[in-house]
Amino acid sequence: MMDNLTFLPVLLPMLAGVLLLLPPFGKNRNSRRVTSVILSIITFASALALLLKVSADSIQVYAIGDWSAPFGIVLVADGLSTLLVCLTSLLGIVCTLYASAGDDEKGSFFHPLVHFLVLGVNGAFLTGDAFNLFVFFEVLLIASYSLLMHGGDKRNTRAALQYVIMNLVGSAVFLIALGILYGVLGTLNMADMAQQVSNLQGDDIYLAKIGGLLLLVVFALKGALLPLHLWLPNTYATALPVVAALFAIMTKVGVYSMMRVYTLIFGDEAGELSHMAQTWLWWLALATIVMGAVGVLASKDLRKLVANLVVVSVGTLVALVAVQSVEASAAAIYYLVHSTLVTAALFLLADLIGRQRGDTADHISAGPPVTQPRLLGVGFLIAAVAVIGMPPLSGFIGKVWLLKATVDTEYSLVFWPLYLVASLAILFAIAKAGSTVFWHHHVISTQKLTLTRVQPVQLISVIILLCGAPLMSVFAGPLSEYAFGAANQLHDFNNAINVILSGGQ
Amino acid sequence: MELLYASCVGLLVSCGVFLILRSRTFPVVLGLTMFSYAVNLFLFASGRLSLNKAAVLGYSSEYADPLPQAFVLTAIVIGFAMTAFVVILSIRGRADLGNDHVDGQVPDNERNKHKNKKSKAKV
Repeated sequence: MMDNLTFLPVLLPMLAGVLLLLPPFGKNRNSRRVTSVILSIITFASALALLLKVSADSIQVYAIGDWSAPFGIVLVADGLSTLLVCLTSLLGIVCTLYASAGDDEKGSFFHPLVHFLVLGVNGAFLTGDAFNLFVFFEVLLIASYSLLMHGGDKRNTRAALQYVIMNLVGSAVFLIALGILYGVLGTLNMADMAQQVSNLQGDDIYLAKIGGLLLLVVFALKGALLPLHLWLPNTYATALPVVAALFAIMTKVGVYSMMRVYTLIFGDEAGELSHMAQTWLWWLALATIVMGAVGVLASKDLRKLVANLVVVSVGTLVALVAVQSVEASAAAIYYLVHSTLVTAALFLLADLIGRQRGDTADHISAGPPVTQPRLLGVGFLIAAVAVIGMPPLSGFIGKVWLLKATVDTEYSLVFWPLYLVASLAILFAIAKAGSTVFWHHHVISTQKLTLTRVQPVQLISVIILLCGAPLMSVFAGPLSEYAFGAANQLHDFNNAINVILSGGQ
Repeated sequence: MELLYASCVGLLVSCGVFLILRSRTFPVVLGLTMFSYAVNLFLFASGRLSLNKAAVLGYSSEYADPLPQAFVLTAIVIGFAMTAFVVILSIRGRADLGNDHVDGQVPDNERNKHKNKKSKAKV
């Protein structure tokens, strides 16, 4: 059992998804909800157990079917991937819980699809094989296509159609890149690829470069990096907010893959190809931050605003990936967890606010007052302070850390002013949105509003997410130590390769 | 053989890309299908093209690389599922949006053309 622990965060959501499709849970609404939440808690527990094991005995390598490393597929659980698996499973719990208030009845198969999505995301984080990464990408994508259509209207169909077509092209490009890399390197195990890259000679170097940069296109599409980010605001703003909250982790899959590919495979040891994507990543990341900030300023409703915040966070993370130092990676890991939790919380809050404002919904304009201004206002305040990056919450620590990590790089003269101005823009936009939504009221006497109050399960799930921000700043010490450990594992080329290829001994 | 193979892949990719860039869903779906055919062929060739080589170890001194075949098989299965999904989604889009444009709305110049045709027919 303990030996197979690495595989459980992938296996359990799959079993959960299948189980929830079976008759006893397919018919009865309540039993389905309860089972779904319990199963996602079990998945989270297995992810936590894996986290404890990884922090106790370093990297865990699991050879699927006992086929050893360069020939079979391995799952690699190191500090970074395990942390992200925990984060995904936590989001799974929150979303199943939140949707149990009624969102899951707006279409069919909500709960199984959430578990399948968690399966795909967990698998993408854990896998150590590039082709297997493609397979898990497809698993998470097909679940996300269906979730995107869940309870949808016309706008939703349009956004989903564009999203699906973009991602199908992305998958095709992914396969081309893998084909080139396999043709040149003769392997798709990431550790083995990293070893082979430095031995390339002659024209093969250019072929590998083409393959590597095509991968950049794919990851930029998944992670919503400029100029391939255009699908994101529409998709996230039209999806059901609880689904959008779950999607908050999906752009991070792209960023995570960039970390793996451009730090491990095309990193320090890659000979002529080392750091080949760095300049691309850096400038695209900066442009993404600018576009995201402009998008935040221009957003007309809360959900679109949050979607643009996701774009900004992706830009910030990719800039840190481009720096490629241990400290930058550690800052990126901390910021990644923080931004995922906060944007997910903001999506849910936008939904709750929208429900209490009648026809005005979540538009940033004067409308009927929300029914529970104190509760939602405090929640929005906490999330806003965290996402803007003001003290004392986690956003501030993340921001200081990432500024410190970039201070010695050659581009810091560009990054610092640009990032700080972007933060200021976000501060303005959110302050304006918050004050308009909570303080500008029409007095409506004729129109009777149906009073909708926040249901307990919704409240619990939002509180779980919001707790992240203060907790991450209270426990910043241990967390930053953990992030440093994970970043060291990511950058420790020889150790990683030896451990993975020898099967985790 | 290499030249023929490479030109086939190239032709399929260029047709696929051309069709994907069209504005209506039907050509786009066709383009995606063609693109995925090209990708499958390309993946197959990543183990190098060869004739008369055994795929199983131990039956001859030279053997073909079995891994690309496994890749292609996986890619075909996934591509098939995704194509089926996008076809259904396009049909749903046609029903929901009232037209088959990828953007969900008929562009202005095309609408005008349509009107002109109608008015001419009336005349």
